[in-house]
Amino acid sequence: MSTRTFVKLAVSLALSGAMAQAGAQETIRIGGLATLDGPFAVLGQEAFRAMELAFEEAGNEVAGKKIEWVKESSDGRPDVALTKARKLIEQDKVDILIGPVSGGEGLAVKEYAKSVPGRTFVNGFSAAQETTLVSPASNFFRFSPDGAQWQAGLGNYVYDDKGYRKVAVVSGDYSFGYTQVLGFMTEFCAKGGTVPEKIWVPNGTKDFSSAIARIPEDVDAVYVMLGGADAVNFLSQYYQTGSDTPLVAGSNTVEQTVLSTKGPFQRRLEGIPSAHMVAAGLEDDAYKSYVETYRKRFPDGLNAPSAPYYGYYVATKAVLTALEEVDGDLSGDQAKFQEALAKVKLDTAFGPVELDENRQAIANIYVTEVARDDEGVLYNRMVKKVSAVNQVLGQDRAEFTARGVPSRDFPDCP
Amino acid sequence: MKPFLLSMLNGITLAALYFIVASGFTIIFGMMRVVNMAHGSLYLLGAYIGYSVADSSGSWLMGLAGAAIGTAVAGLLLHRVFLSRYQGQDLRQALITIGLSIIIADLLLAGYGGLTYQLDIPDALYGGVRLPVAGGYPIFRLALIGFAILVYLALWLLMHRTRFGMIIRAAVDDRHMLAATGINVPLFSTAVFALAASLVGIAGVIGGSALSIAPGDDVHYLLSSLVVVIVGGMGNIKGAAIGALLIGLAEQLGLAYFPTYSAIISFAIMVAVLAYRPYGLFGRPA
Repeated sequence: MSTRTFVKLAVSLALSGAMAQAGAQETIRIGGLATLDGPFAVLGQEAFRAMELAFEEAGNEVAGKKIEWVKESSDGRPDVALTKARKLIEQDKVDILIGPVSGGEGLAVKEYAKSVPGRTFVNGFSAAQETTLVSPASNFFRFSPDGAQWQAGLGNYVYDDKGYRKVAVVSGDYSFGYTQVLGFMTEFCAKGGTVPEKIWVPNGTKDFSSAIARIPEDVDAVYVMLGGADAVNFLSQYYQTGSDTPLVAGSNTVEQTVLSTKGPFQRRLEGIPSAHMVAAGLEDDAYKSYVETYRKRFPDGLNAPSAPYYGYYVATKAVLTALEEVDGDLSGDQAKFQEALAKVKLDTAFGPVELDENRQAIANIYVTEVARDDEGVLYNRMVKKVSAVNQVLGQDRAEFTARGVPSRDFPDCP
Repeated sequence: MKPFLLSMLNGITLAALYFIVASGFTIIFGMMRVVNMAHGSLYLLGAYIGYSVADSSGSWLMGLAGAAIGTAVAGLLLHRVFLSRYQGQDLRQALITIGLSIIIADLLLAGYGGLTYQLDIPDALYGGVRLPVAGGYPIFRLALIGFAILVYLALWLLMHRTRFGMIIRAAVDDRHMLAATGINVPLFSTAVFALAASLVGIAGVIGGSALSIAPGDDVHYLLSSLVVVIVGGMGNIKGAAIGALLIGLAEQLGLAYFPTYSAIISFAIMVAVLAYRPYGLFGRPA
């Protein structure tokens, strides 16, 4: 490289940096991080739909300042999410980052958040329990419940109403999987149910036949926690082997994105119980207009808004609400804004949401069953609502955290 | 005994799918020394075309035919427009195909979205059969073995019993000498490329019926094809079959007995083979 080109390059770099600095005063830069690649691609699509709609509803402005939206895609792997988060913060200089989608990604981004206290991180859809329960970052906020909260009510429901006593577990081998299994087993084991076998499979597995072969034959039901394409593959292979042990589903296994997948496995899904922070077919107006808006704005979207859509929508709404409150003031390392954000209370389509002292959401959870509506479309029909579920599932916080974080071997009740 | 038998059966049926995918890859490499990094994209393209055709016509076989024709045309264009002018420049061709694979993946994501799709299996192949000892097993997965044997036999006959096959085999050994005898090598190259592309398109439909179709499958199957042909030996059909069998069994037995480490077992096999037989089990120096 000649000296002259080198100088030119240096000057233009310096200028672009200066311009980004100058621009930061009139606009607020918000980064969106979601998965448009890999097994969770459809979740990422939903995530960006939610952000798009939330910004549009605000007129792409907040407190008189223009919103500048920078999108980045990850593929569900923590290292990729971390790289993309760094890129958004360090290169694109976003003030606030909303994301990521998956559990392990959330943990990586939370650790990174600690090193940049002057920016704010709002979780999108990732739901590993550790993220906010164990050594939380003071600038990391999560307005949706974690994976263990999502399962509130399910363990009791299958024990009491379905009469299952012995359940085998098949789950994705990652932090979100452990979290969900903990959420389910906490109630189920407390009731006296047993889990003789836990089968952990790597994310992105195509061929589940060997995992299916390991399911014991004498169980009452199989609890399955897999997301996206993995869930579709498991379900269709499970039914193709001719197995008729009933299923209990983790939150993502029969999520709207999976129910919307066309395929022969769909014929068998009706009646599978599950639990999530969202449900379909609620009777109140807030819910109805929420679905109506989604369908109108995204005619090529899903039958009904999905859970990742809800997660990112609530996160973006919370950010906008807090920004409005502090009049777009992000000075002083965003201290005022972060304080306001921690106090935000939202009324969502799925009830009230507020944060606890770890900046983790307290919200309603719905126990559901897969059902078919009049047009033959599958959805998760609410059978029970559990109100204001907190992160320690209503137990004593010190006791709950002392038991440790969920893993392959914890909890255990063979 | 039963879990072991099931895992073996799973390994063999998965190997059948890997073989169908990898066979096209290995033919292309053998004939023109092109490492086609867009092979996975052709797989995904075939799967999506197959899904669309089957969905609108209601016939799985139509989907299969549509995918075979669609990817053959795509392969033809890929070779004619992008690759043929850089014959002999391996690195450049590899880079072009990597670039194309990224573009195709994004176009497919834009067109079909991130949802997972699945082809409706014909009723005759849907459901399970009771096998002795192993218990219930999906018919379609057993049919996979049949598909793979069909593909193997067809390729073997083509390679060893026809003039077309003779020319391909000659090209593997010495394409300059072959050109000197008056054969239009570029034309044959394009034909072979289209044939291989059509094979992987068919694999896409079969894979999309046995498992599912989702963004990211392109990388998954490109990687498995690479491992299979590296283990088996580049440019060799028999090698691809043995390689697929090894990798399929390793993946499934791994998933059953060491689930945590199952992802690295196939790579461990690859490293071991390369250490002792640098050209793969059945490969020869280029």
